[in-house]
Formats: sequence, C-alpha cells, structure tokens
Amino acid sequence: MNSGLLSLLPERLAWHVVLSAAALGLGLLIALPLGVLAARSPRLRWPSLALAGLVQTIPSLALLALFYPLLLLLSNLAKGALGHGFSALGFLPSLLALTLYSMLPILRNTVTGLTGVDPAVVEAARGVGMTDRQRLWRVELPLAAPVIMAGVRTAAVWTIGAATLSTPVGQTSLGDYIFSGLQTENWAMVLTGCVASAVLALVVDQLLGLIERGTERRDRRLWGAGLLGLAVGLAAAVAPLAGDLAPRPARYVIGAKNFSEQYILAELMADRLESKGAQVTRKINLGSAVAYRALAAGEIDAYVDYSGTLWANVLGRKDNPGRAAVLDGLRTELKRRDGVVLLAPLGFENAYALAMRRDRAQALGIRTLADLAAKAPQLTMGGDLEFFSRPEWTSVETTYGLRFKARRQFQPTFMYRALGSGEADVISAFSSDGRIAADDLVVLGDPKGALPPYDAVLLIAPGRAEDRRLRAALAGLDGAITVEAMRAANYSVDRDADKRSPAEAARALDKGFGDGARAGDTHSFRGLASTATVIGRVCVPVRITPRPATPEWSVRASQPPAPRWS
Amino acid sequence: MTDAIVLEQVGKVYDGVTVLEPASLSIARGQFVALVGGSGAGKTTLLKTINGLVAPDGGRVLIDGAATTDLDGPTLRRGIGYVFQEVGLFPHLTVAENVAIVPTLLDWDAATIAARTGELLDLVALPREVATRRPAALSGGQRQRVGVARALAARPAILLMDEPFGALDPVTRAVLSDDVRRLHDQLHLTTVMVTHDIAEAVLLADRIVVMHQGQIVADDTPRALLAGHPDPAVEALMQAPRRQAARMREIAGE
Repeated sequence: MNSGLLSLLPERLAWHVVLSAAALGLGLLIALPLGVLAARSPRLRWPSLALAGLVQTIPSLALLALFYPLLLLLSNLAKGALGHGFSALGFLPSLLALTLYSMLPILRNTVTGLTGVDPAVVEAARGVGMTDRQRLWRVELPLAAPVIMAGVRTAAVWTIGAATLSTPVGQTSLGDYIFSGLQTENWAMVLTGCVASAVLALVVDQLLGLIERGTERRDRRLWGAGLLGLAVGLAAAVAPLAGDLAPRPARYVIGAKNFSEQYILAELMADRLESKGAQVTRKINLGSAVAYRALAAGEIDAYVDYSGTLWANVLGRKDNPGRAAVLDGLRTELKRRDGVVLLAPLGFENAYALAMRRDRAQALGIRTLADLAAKAPQLTMGGDLEFFSRPEWTSVETTYGLRFKARRQFQPTFMYRALGSGEADVISAFSSDGRIAADDLVVLGDPKGALPPYDAVLLIAPGRAEDRRLRAALAGLDGAITVEAMRAANYSVDRDADKRSPAEAARALDKGFGDGARAGDTHSFRGLASTATVIGRVCVPVRITPRPATPEWSVRASQPPAPRWS
Repeated sequence: MTDAIVLEQVGKVYDGVTVLEPASLSIARGQFVALVGGSGAGKTTLLKTINGLVAPDGGRVLIDGAATTDLDGPTLRRGIGYVFQEVGLFPHLTVAENVAIVPTLLDWDAATIAARTGELLDLVALPREVATRRPAALSGGQRQRVGVARALAARPAILLMDEPFGALDPVTRAVLSDDVRRLHDQLHLTTVMVTHDIAEAVLLADRIVVMHQGQIVADDTPRALLAGHPDPAVEALMQAPRRQAARMREIAGE
C-alpha cells in the first residue's frame, strides 16, 4: 500500500513546489518594492504593515476559501466583459491567498532592514553623490539583505506549510495526503503528507539560509550555491509536470468533496472514463459549497452531490415536499438556472441522521428524535464541522425542541471516536457511513420529518451535458448503488485494518452492480415515476429519512431500529 | 579671481526653529577655513548647504561662481570631497571599493580607478594591502584615512570635513590633522572643516569662522581672534586655547 501512497508523491510534490514557489516569487515581487516604499515613507509604512498584519490574522484556510467566490465573481465579470472567464478553482485562488500570506514577513523585514541601515552610512551615500536609486541598490539593499533574507525564509516556511491547505479549493498539493488520510483514518497517509511538506520546508529553509549567510558575509560562493540549489531543486521537483503541459486527448475533471464516499464515487467515475480511453484529472477534497459552483462554472465536469444539500444550499429552499418532489424540482431548477444536468440518482441516500451507540440508546430508551428530546438535557451532542450551522440542525432542533447539555464540533473521524469514548452521546451521522454498522450504532427515527432527503445524485457540468463519452461512461449508474453496498465500500476505506484505497473500493463497488443494472444505459433522464420507483426499491431498507408525518409513522417509529440496516 | 565658495544670505529653519540665520560667507581658493562653535551653533548645517546635503530656505550658494541650484545634488556632490564625522565607510565594500566609489559613480574605466586607488592609499599613508579588507578590519585612524582618500578620489578642488577627527585618540588625531593640512597644501585644495576643538582650528586653519546660535559672530585669522574679540561668546571660546597655551608655557618653564 505504501508504494501506492508514494506513486502519487511526485505529482503532488511538484504541484506543491510550483504553488509555493510561485506564491513566494509573487510575494517577493510585491512585498519587496512595497517594503522599499514603506521604508522611505512613514505615511505608507503604517498602513501597509497593518494591512499585511491583518491578512496574517485571517486563518489561512479561510483566506483560501474566501478567494474562491471572489475569483468566481471576477471570472463572471470577465466573461461578461471579455467573452471568456478563467478558472476560479485550484491554482489561482491558492496562489493569491498564499501570496498574500507570504507578504508580511518579507514586507516587515524589508522595512526593518532598510530603516535599520546606519544613518551615517546613508548620509555618506548621499554625501559621495549617489542618487536615491544608487543609494538603494549599492548601499541600502546590500546592507539590509541578511534581514530581508531572514524574512524570505520565514515566508517560505509559512507558504510551504499553508500550501497543504489549498487542497479543499481544488489544488493538488501535499495536502491531498493529509485531507484524504484524515478522512479515511489512514494515518500513514497523513504522515506521508506531513513529512513530505516538512522535509520540503526544511530543505528550502536551509538553502535560503545559505543565501542569507552568503549575503551576511558577502560571500558570493555561499549565496550562489544556495541559489543554484534552489534552482536545481525547483527544476527536479517540477519535472514530473512537464508531460502534463503537452497536448493530450480530451480531458475530464472529476470532482469530489472531502469524505471517503466521495473519493470512492469519484474513482468509480474516473475509472469508467479511463477505461473508455479518456484522460481524467481528479479534484478531490473540494469544500461543499465550492464543488457545486465549480461544476456550474465548468471547472469540474462531474461529481456526486446530495439532493437535500442542493435543495437547501443551492436553491435556498427551506421546505421539504418529499423525496421525489425534491429530485424533480432539482432536475428542472438546476438545469434552468445553471445548465447543470442531474444525470441520475445513484440509488442510495447519504442523509444527515442523529446516531447513538446501541447500548446507550437502549439504556436510555431512545428510539426516535422525539424520545431524544426528553433526555437531551443530560446528553452531549457532537456534530461535524458544519452540522450546527446547517438548516437541518435548525429544523431538527426546533421541530423536536432539542436542548442538549452541551454541543461539540468534531472533524468527522474524531466524531465517531468521541461517541465511543463518551465525549459525545449523540452525533450527526451520515446514513451511508460504514461506521454505523461497524460501530453498532442506531440511527434515531424522525417521525416528524424534520430531516430532508439526501439522495446521492450525479451532476454533470453545463458544457458536458451532451458529451457522449462522459454519458456513455456514466451510464448504468442510475439507481445502481444500494446503501448497503455504499456502506460496505465506505467501511472498506475507513476501517483500521485491511484498509482499501478509494480506487480499490470503487472497483469492488463497480463489479458488484451486476449487468442488469447497466442495461438501460442511454436513459439517463427518467420521469418522476421511474425515479420514485428506483428510489423506493433501493432505499426501503434505510428509511431514516421520513416522509411527511402520517399515522403510519408513529407505527414505524415505535419499531425497533435494528431492521433498518441489518 | 572668483572665490571658490560664496554663500549669500543662506538660512535654514527646521520645524519652525531657526538653525541657521541668513549668513553670507566668501571663501577664496586655497583657503583652509575652520567653522567652530558649540553644539547647535549651526556649523554643520552651514557646511552641508555648500554641497547641497541641506537645501537652504533662502539665499544662494555659488561654487566657482556658479549657483549650486543649477546642478542636481548628486552631480554637485560628486565634485566636492566630503569627510564625515562618523567616517561613514560602506561596511559591505572593501577599502578599495570605498575609495573608488565616486570614480565608479562617475563611470571612470576600471584601469584608471585601480591606478587611482593605489595612488590614494599612498597619499593618505595607508599600506596597499589594506585595499582588499573591509572597514571593520581597520583601526579608527586607518578608517578615517580611508574616509579622506574616498573624499579626494575624484580630484575635487573643494574638501568639506565634518568633525573628521572627533572620534580619534589624541596621537592619531594630531598625526592625521597634520596629514590633512599637508594634503591641503599639496593638492591646492579649498578646505572647510567643522570642529568644536578650537585648538585644532587654531593650529590647522588659515581662517576661523565662529558661529553661535545660528549666527556667524566672528570671522578672522587665528592670530587676530586669539588677540581678543568684542563678542563675549567668541571670547569664551578663545579662552580655552589661550589658557592651554599659557599653561603649557608655564609647565615647560619658559
């Protein structure tokens, strides 16, 4: 498995290096002249340092996230004005955010270095008849160089570290290891990403240190060696990307959000496309809101989203008209609004659900959210990082009047651990999560229908709506994946022992479909009735997302939850 | 013959404080003039108006009859030698590079610069092997010799010195000041030196200009000033060398 891990290293490292080097170079290009101006004009000094300091206080992940919508807006403006936009995903937002991030240490040290030059030397420079420019180049910059280089070193280390955070906005980096590893509890993978980026930072720091000492001792050989080392290292690291620049056959970009199921489904789609001879790029670990916008903007060609998410977050709907109506509404609205094609519901739901350990639920006599409301004041609720700010939580909270003793947020992996260790009594789980069966959890019933449906749906970018190869590759996925199959696939990636890679899990999942499911491959668009049939067929065993309350529900809710997944 | 340096009603105000009352002064070619006075008397400000390091608020400065305002600052300063109070050698350059800075700025060719550098080290009595060292590796006296060599590199006719020997020990100071006077005569320079050491001024200069609170209060030969002056500030200043000289004679038992 380690060889598999490292096989992706050259590409990820190359992108990491390209991104960091470009950001650092751009940062230098901006911060150095700005620092010179700020050192000469006290009026400019305060605001520029304050601004750079302010940028530094923004968490780097947030800075990266903020650039995406900003660039998308600019791209749309450019599209309106010039006829074509640019990619707001991936490299550009990462580059800009990291550039801003790298500026402060360079700016601050340039100002400190220049204002720290001995006034007697500055006066001497003027006295011997140097112009302002000559004084800067011949005296001030050489004397300030060691201090400036120290700033560049700090900036380099920061930038290389922060570049791992460019993964969620769709830029391949060493962060891919960290984010994917954290998600699938593959600690070897997390460690690979950490070690690789740390080693990179150390090497660059040492080479820059050589240049710093060279400028300090005015030793040309020393800083020459440092520069040479940087150039050689850069060329060697970037070499694996050289092939990518050559023209290639039609390229598809498959997107995935940041969890195992998404990785697996992306691999499944990519695998199918590749078997039809297409070149496929994977953009994984996209933020939830980023993914849809990227698709609508044509920066990714296909990905899997969930009906409830699209309904609430993209269409801004707060009502819950039922599963079929939501799917139908999405199909027409997404097409009309953004040209996005809802190709097919995959057949399973990955719904938000509240889950507890079975023993704990039985001890407390909790089977439904209504039962939970009575016990909630003694319990701690654990949510993933976005759950408490989502409309689903508001809906559940108000519908059942849930008042917990405490609320805590976890990265999903740690959320399940928290349930085991008792740090949380109830968590926000996903119905297709393999850990529900593996950890022996119960999903609490929702008799009042507070949680919307979350059918997994395959979305296609507007520009690929009529793409035959893509359609052919993805045909037969319509209703093909049962929640059990998805849970099993998810678990095979998430479990501690005998882990599979998302690609392996995807192949196993695809094999499991059987030929029958692929039969009707040209009919991606189906009517409401057939969709409902498919969903009905596949999702009966799950039943965690309720229909609008009917008398039938009270009956169901009173049944023991075990049959739902056993 | 036109005077080398002419100041006409040159004054300077910093932030509402008059540092230099409008002053006029003519310095003939070949003169060695000492500007003396206490701290804040305005002598350094007056000196810097000559090479434009301080732009006067009013009046004009003529060098060899030409107004300095007709020249841009850097060009003006490349033609006038300047020795700094704190030496101000460039720490990142070698002695040779420091000495050659003005010829470099003037785009002299490398061979001429190299020859001139060697010549200058001889002139200020420095061994040629210091050429490749950096200023930090020199003694204080050697450093100021490099400072003088740097000021003279492009063969200026005028040499300005701002308390050049202030930071040196008395022995080095005496030797170096003698050397400067020797260079002044040998190179037919017009020299203006700021100092707060009256004895030094008396011993080196042909003419002493005494400043007090931004004004020129006396302007005469050392001999005449030593003989007595009506201005109490000048008298107070001249008391010191007079008393020193008397005391020396006493001790020597004359």
